[in-house]
Amino acid sequence: MRDAVTQNPSLILRAAARWRWAEFVVWLVALAMVFVLPSRMLLLNEIAILALLALSLDLILGYAGIVSLGHGAFFGIGAYVAGLLAKAGAGAAPLSDPLLGLAIAGAVAALVGFATSFLVLRGSDLTRLMVTLGVALIFSELANKLDWITGGADGLQGVLSSPVLGLFEFDLFGRTAYLYSLTVLFVLFLLARRIVHSPFGLSLKAIKGNALRASAIGMPVNRRLVAVYTLAAAYAGIAGALLAQTTQFVSLDVLEFHRSADALLMLVFGGAGSLYGALIGAAAFKILNDSIASITQQYWMFWLGLSLVVLVLFVRGGLMGLVDIIRARLFGTKEGA
Amino acid sequence: MLTILFDGISYGMLLFVLAVGLCVTLGLMNFINLAHGAFAMGGGYVAVVMMNRYGLSFYWSLPAAFILMAALGAVLERTLYVRLYDKSHLDQVLFSIGLVFMSVAAVDYAMGANQQIVNLPPSLQGRVEFFGASIGVYRIFVIIACAVLALALQFVLSRTRFGARLRAAVDEPRVARGIGIDVASIFALTFAFGSGLAGLGGALGAGVFSLDPTFPLKFMIYFLIVVSVGGVTTISGPFLASLLLGVADVAGKYYIPAVGGFIIYTIMVAVLILRPQGLFSRAGR
Repeated sequence: MRDAVTQNPSLILRAAARWRWAEFVVWLVALAMVFVLPSRMLLLNEIAILALLALSLDLILGYAGIVSLGHGAFFGIGAYVAGLLAKAGAGAAPLSDPLLGLAIAGAVAALVGFATSFLVLRGSDLTRLMVTLGVALIFSELANKLDWITGGADGLQGVLSSPVLGLFEFDLFGRTAYLYSLTVLFVLFLLARRIVHSPFGLSLKAIKGNALRASAIGMPVNRRLVAVYTLAAAYAGIAGALLAQTTQFVSLDVLEFHRSADALLMLVFGGAGSLYGALIGAAAFKILNDSIASITQQYWMFWLGLSLVVLVLFVRGGLMGLVDIIRARLFGTKEGA
Repeated sequence: MLTILFDGISYGMLLFVLAVGLCVTLGLMNFINLAHGAFAMGGGYVAVVMMNRYGLSFYWSLPAAFILMAALGAVLERTLYVRLYDKSHLDQVLFSIGLVFMSVAAVDYAMGANQQIVNLPPSLQGRVEFFGASIGVYRIFVIIACAVLALALQFVLSRTRFGARLRAAVDEPRVARGIGIDVASIFALTFAFGSGLAGLGGALGAGVFSLDPTFPLKFMIYFLIVVSVGGVTTISGPFLASLLLGVADVAGKYYIPAVGGFIIYTIMVAVLILRPQGLFSRAGR
């Protein structure tokens, strides 16, 4: 069995792509939340959106190994594009249609991602870090200065989306919002899952492992990185668009540094490079945020910082890493997910 | 015009004192320490507390800020940072962002979120006429103090045995280790000294910068610009970069406020792309 698998690479991919029961549980739990916690729909909606943002970062960081401190830029761009579209349509069908907004926001973010991807191809981790941070700062400065478009510090008000598919109106409790965001997340997750288990995804991992060797065996390293960076930008843009549409408000906050940092934290919290780490990390992050912020709104940052330091020093691989360790203890297997 | 130039120079000089420690640690250990600004903020708050709460002189608060922050830097280096040298850059970034967040919240808790006001001693208040421009005495003091520090640093680096070891360790850590230079303890010393300098810069500049708990986040990008534009192999590189940044920033905010930080960020990205080793660094590597 083992020999057959190693001899035929496509079998490895297929074996890795097989659905496990735990995965069904995650999604069923997410769906069941609609009935279990109907009063916390707004929080759940935010979790779904953050999960998508973390997922998009996972594509470039966890799989391709690009360290980015400016991923929030795409999130913000998506939010503003969707917000402006919905505002222009004033809640009427063609322009304010949420799905159209998602598509356009994703496309614009992808375009920006494509254009800036060439900046992150070169250089070390430090250079990439500073370039991505610099690009994000430029966009946040832009949004601040172009206040006749973005509303500046006051934010963009009057963002009204028409009903999803013309059927489901956004309600006050966020039920539609959550189901909408969750569906988008699920669809994009399926796509991401398909991608990382494809030969393309495998080549990304090879590039992360050693870019020089990857190019030596004939992989077009730069083209792969550009492709995945663009894709991740589109994902982040769609996440931003979801936020704009479901909260009906866009402020400069979406482009601030803490967005990028939060995305990084969620991902590392959950464990990079496994897709589910992004989802679990986002959920843990937001729940922690919500429960700590209800006690001390102001000092959430302290606990966040502390948990980061502890995580880096003592826990390898985030929550997914812990899961792997526990599973290895329980079942005596050494295979990770 | 001349006033702006002077303001810019004093601002740039301060940036140099703040960031020079980061340049050395980055060059020496290849360690990305985003928490460098936290030490600067610490120094600033030490000065504020000493002056406003205990009524001590501004001049006394400067060495106090240096010593306290150097001690804090040494303790953190030995206990926490040392564990992260061989970890990935991502881990280092996350760790130091974690420290930044903690310091921001801790200072907020201890001192409140308001901007701190520094009561300068009477001898530093007032302005003097200089070639027809009026210049604050405080700015002149800052410029002189920073210039003395920069010269002293340059002397230590180029003329002393310790400086020679440090340069060797920055240029080629493995070889330096091989010929018996104790790179780890040099690094610990340098880290403490750099943190102390950041603290000193924070105290010195408490009246120039707006000192509030978000200081480390706001100035993180400035430090990174100094490092990226100046390079990490010399001391004159970061110095020139800081001066340029200071003058450009002050002049930009004065003449074309609509553009804001835009130009500076764009220049940083451009420099990083075109000359990843820094604008003023020696050719070679």
